[in-house]
Amino acid sequence: MASTQEIQAGLAEILEEVAGVTPADATPEKSFTEDLDVDSLSMVEIATAVEDKFGVAIPDDQLANIKTVGDAISFIESNQG
Amino acid sequence: MTTLKLDRGAPGARILGFGSYRPRRRVTNDELAERMDTNDEWIQARVGIAERRWAEPDETLVEMSVAAGGKALAASGLDAGEIDLVLLATTSPPKAIPGLAPRIAHQLGVPRPGAFDVNAGCAGWCYALSAASDAIRSGTARNALVIGGERLTDYTNLEDRATAVIFADGAGAAVVTASEEPTIGPAVWGSDGDLHEAIAIPPDETGMSMAGQAVYRWATTKLTDTLVEAMRRAGVGPEDIDVFAPHQANLRIIELMAKRLKLPEGTVIARDIVRSGNTSSASVPLALDALLESGEAKSGDVALLLGYGAGLTFAGQVVVLP
Repeated sequence: MASTQEIQAGLAEILEEVAGVTPADATPEKSFTEDLDVDSLSMVEIATAVEDKFGVAIPDDQLANIKTVGDAISFIESNQG
Repeated sequence: MTTLKLDRGAPGARILGFGSYRPRRRVTNDELAERMDTNDEWIQARVGIAERRWAEPDETLVEMSVAAGGKALAASGLDAGEIDLVLLATTSPPKAIPGLAPRIAHQLGVPRPGAFDVNAGCAGWCYALSAASDAIRSGTARNALVIGGERLTDYTNLEDRATAVIFADGAGAAVVTASEEPTIGPAVWGSDGDLHEAIAIPPDETGMSMAGQAVYRWATTKLTDTLVEAMRRAGVGPEDIDVFAPHQANLRIIELMAKRLKLPEGTVIARDIVRSGNTSSASVPLALDALLESGEAKSGDVALLLGYGAGLTFAGQVVVLP
């Protein structure tokens, strides 16, 4: 199981790769769409990359509830196997 | 039990020529921005479309298909009288009855061919190409005309910014004939019917709806394997692919697929979506014809094709270009 810190670092890596977000900007309070300029299709790519990296499943209806980096970290923490 | 005689088929099938029809009216993103809350930057960033063609009333599905089919016939060097199978891949006929392939054949002067419509969503033309190739290999047909034609704007709410910016009209066609050397590879086709609602015309809506995120996820995660399998079944690898021409649904999906397939640097990638939008069943032949016409693709090139769309359906195959 990955620690919160590891999850945040892993997520920052994915955000950089998929959407060109500077890792230092990927802090928990940031909104994907409002602050980091990530659009709905990039969210899908981030979700599938998170699924591969952390072994969690993020269905589309749950993806809609993930608004901030913090939401994503909590989701991964409570769903990782 | 009585056993029956079968026809003698051909060792392979090949494409002889392509033809296209693009509607006259160009619709730019700026024009759409005047009609609805959208803008050029937003559209280009999400789907990669700069402009698309919308058919006018006289550019019916039949007229566009006849025009594309006629050009493909001319490019093939065959006479209409030599064609014995006409397929129309479409998702947007004006009426369910009758199917349009017989009438298109008649208008082209093709005498009494086998003729039927194929509705396999945006994968329709690739399904039809495979059906034509198989008919030729089994001896049911000798020369086939395979058309993809759409008037998607008839089924799109042109005030809906989610779909009006994407869907468009046009027709593309190819003539397929028997050959000693197989140059149309096996189709790797299938469907995921659990996602039947992802692209559909809901009963209570005025136009087509699409679950964008669900389709994007499906296309970018499930279809790379289809393409890899299509290459394997045809006996080629990514290094052999000169042209990659997937269905023109979204430029980001096209780029992502090309990246995941690790196609060589010099592979020509069809990006006809930029000027044509998403023309469903017509997109693959339109894109291939445009690449051949511009000289970006040339005769003898090995092309990897992929159709995918409403159903959901998919079909990948490798062909050698005429």
